[in-house]
Amino acid sequence: MSFVHFVVDAVREMLRGSRAYWTWLGILAALFAFGALNYFGQLRDGLVVTGMSDQVSWGFYIANFAFLVGIAAAAVLLVIPAYIFHRKDVKSVVLLGEGMAVAAVIMAMLFVIVDIGRPDRAWHVIPFIGRFNFPSSLLAWDIVVLNGYLALNLLIPTYVHFSHYRGREPNLKLYFPVVVLAMFWAISIHTVTAFLFSSNSARPFWNVALLGPRFIASAFASGPALIILTLQVIRRVTDYPVSQSVIETLALIMAVAMQISLFFVGAEMFTDFYNDSRHAASMHYLFLGLDGFAGLRPWIWLAIALNLVAVAILSIHPLRRKALTLNIACVCGFVGIWLEKGMGLVIPGFIPTPLGEIFEYVPTAQEFSIAIGIWAFGFLLFTLLAKASIAIELGKVRASNAQRRDAMTSGPAVAAVAHPD
Amino acid sequence: MSDEREHSDEGDTFSHYRRRFLKGLGTVGVATGVAAAAAPARAAWGGSTFQDAIGDFFQDHYQRMTPEEMKDALARIERKAKRKFGVDITCVDTPPIPGVVFGYALNISKCKGYRDCVHGCIRENNQGRDSQVQYIRVLQMDKGSMNLEKSEHYYDPATVPVEGKFYLPVQCMQCDNPPCVKACPVQATWKDPDGIVVIDYDWCIGCRFCMAACPYWARHFNWTEPQIPAKELNPVTNFIGNRPRPKGVVEKCHFCTQRTRKGRQPACMEACPTGARVFGNLLDPNSEIRHILENKTVFRLKEELGTEPKFWYYTDA
Repeated sequence: MSFVHFVVDAVREMLRGSRAYWTWLGILAALFAFGALNYFGQLRDGLVVTGMSDQVSWGFYIANFAFLVGIAAAAVLLVIPAYIFHRKDVKSVVLLGEGMAVAAVIMAMLFVIVDIGRPDRAWHVIPFIGRFNFPSSLLAWDIVVLNGYLALNLLIPTYVHFSHYRGREPNLKLYFPVVVLAMFWAISIHTVTAFLFSSNSARPFWNVALLGPRFIASAFASGPALIILTLQVIRRVTDYPVSQSVIETLALIMAVAMQISLFFVGAEMFTDFYNDSRHAASMHYLFLGLDGFAGLRPWIWLAIALNLVAVAILSIHPLRRKALTLNIACVCGFVGIWLEKGMGLVIPGFIPTPLGEIFEYVPTAQEFSIAIGIWAFGFLLFTLLAKASIAIELGKVRASNAQRRDAMTSGPAVAAVAHPD
Repeated sequence: MSDEREHSDEGDTFSHYRRRFLKGLGTVGVATGVAAAAAPARAAWGGSTFQDAIGDFFQDHYQRMTPEEMKDALARIERKAKRKFGVDITCVDTPPIPGVVFGYALNISKCKGYRDCVHGCIRENNQGRDSQVQYIRVLQMDKGSMNLEKSEHYYDPATVPVEGKFYLPVQCMQCDNPPCVKACPVQATWKDPDGIVVIDYDWCIGCRFCMAACPYWARHFNWTEPQIPAKELNPVTNFIGNRPRPKGVVEKCHFCTQRTRKGRQPACMEACPTGARVFGNLLDPNSEIRHILENKTVFRLKEELGTEPKFWYYTDA
């Protein structure tokens, strides 16, 4: 019963706010509606409205999907210091990180849903009711790990918030095992997403063992970039205390991850370009162009440049500690990795085709519109989750005394497990 | 037929309830069908009737359908074709023939690059004309090299063959170890006992992971509703092969299951004017294809990937 009050109070808090808050929600909702409208057009006409083809059969949607799984996984960078190293400052923002993971996973799933040709048959993936090709298909693995990660990242914050809502300390002994599971699970979602690509021996550009580590490294750079920017916004627009030490820790993690990520890119470039064998054709297309086709060349060099700016700022201590330069590094790193791991990774895998044909891909306006709708939905979802989370953590939303007594007497099981030891 | 339709090894309980639900719906469907016959508003269900739309939605996987369900599914396909093209087609289920594993051999000395196989295939297998889906791609190659990246896909000279070139037709290799089957998240594609990799077009969710996995670029997606002029529609169809496909699903060469499982040649072999193509039963020691494999120097494309294609190339030399 008190859980129902908890949900109602949380939703009520989400729908309470200043004019600026409502303007922000309104803009996001409008963008989401715009994307949804375009999606209905795609449903009616088919995926022909995208720039994709039999030659380049995955595009902008799957590029965003791969990137967003990385953002979701990066929440673990708050979870580890908070729960393993018992950093109090990090623990105070870990719930926000988990909220971001929820929003990112849902965005990633939406990008897959808009990419499939028959969303009406999505029930075919449900085990037993449909026909789930597990463990053979890596896509089946991805469905398992993404849904599992979503569940874990809903479960833990819900329990903690619910405890705080009733004025209690959550029982760490009870949820610590789930937290540990979520840590390994975070690594698994991005590894499986990398394997989705690297498992294809038909595509030499993806079929490399380094892809998994590369995905993790770049996720641990792009994720903190977004978290750092978000925490600063939260510090500005709410009363929630965000310690500068959290941002400094994340910036340091981002610096190291960015260095490793760029090293991995360099290692791949050396291996392919030194011999310039036929296996390097896609790499050649990406960085230099192939037979006069070079659609991705400016974008990948822009990505490399942005990443180099970011890594330079992050590696120089005074620059990393200054808010302005740190924010520049975060924006550069976020956009740079979005380009490199998104379009820069997905598209060249298809160019040239396994039969040696070069057929380029450019996303259409409709593809962009649908993608904007999904991003807006993710921001909207995170805003709502963060709004409720902050209010509960600040003690603004609390169960009334009557409800608390009610929970004590009528819900002994819940009360017992939630009691601090 | 019978052996094919028995298995319902998984999801038994659910299948049971689903069938009961559909049966109940059938009764309602008859009633609404009668009503719909009176009302002209038929296009409301995506050019289908309410009953057929529901039947399509809940249609089970090919390998799990009961004989009655298969009968209903085939009837729906025929009705849909009638509504869409105004043509009476027949659609049957053609299970594989026991004791047969099909293989293909292609003599590249004889291939002149006419592309008659490509067009014979399109007509036989009801590929979308405007979407230009083609199961066979003939590559024009420089003599002295097997580099696919130097191949010409859209060659269009006044006459073929062109001096200094040879021609390499590529289609689904019906791999014995097919990467596409492993990739599919819903088992909508699988290798039948006669070695042919088939697709249940009504089960495919259109994720296109199989297309990323295929090393021969054999799989094609219906980016839009495939359009075929009514007079060009091949009305002799089967469930797992050449029936008209919906939009949003993957398709590919299936060695003309509607023909070869009834003892006929595939359409590409029939269309080839040079006799470059040899199709047959790999398990029959007296077959022509076995003679070629045993007496000619043959090769397969990308053998290093371990896909074990059942499509061989050879030369007269």
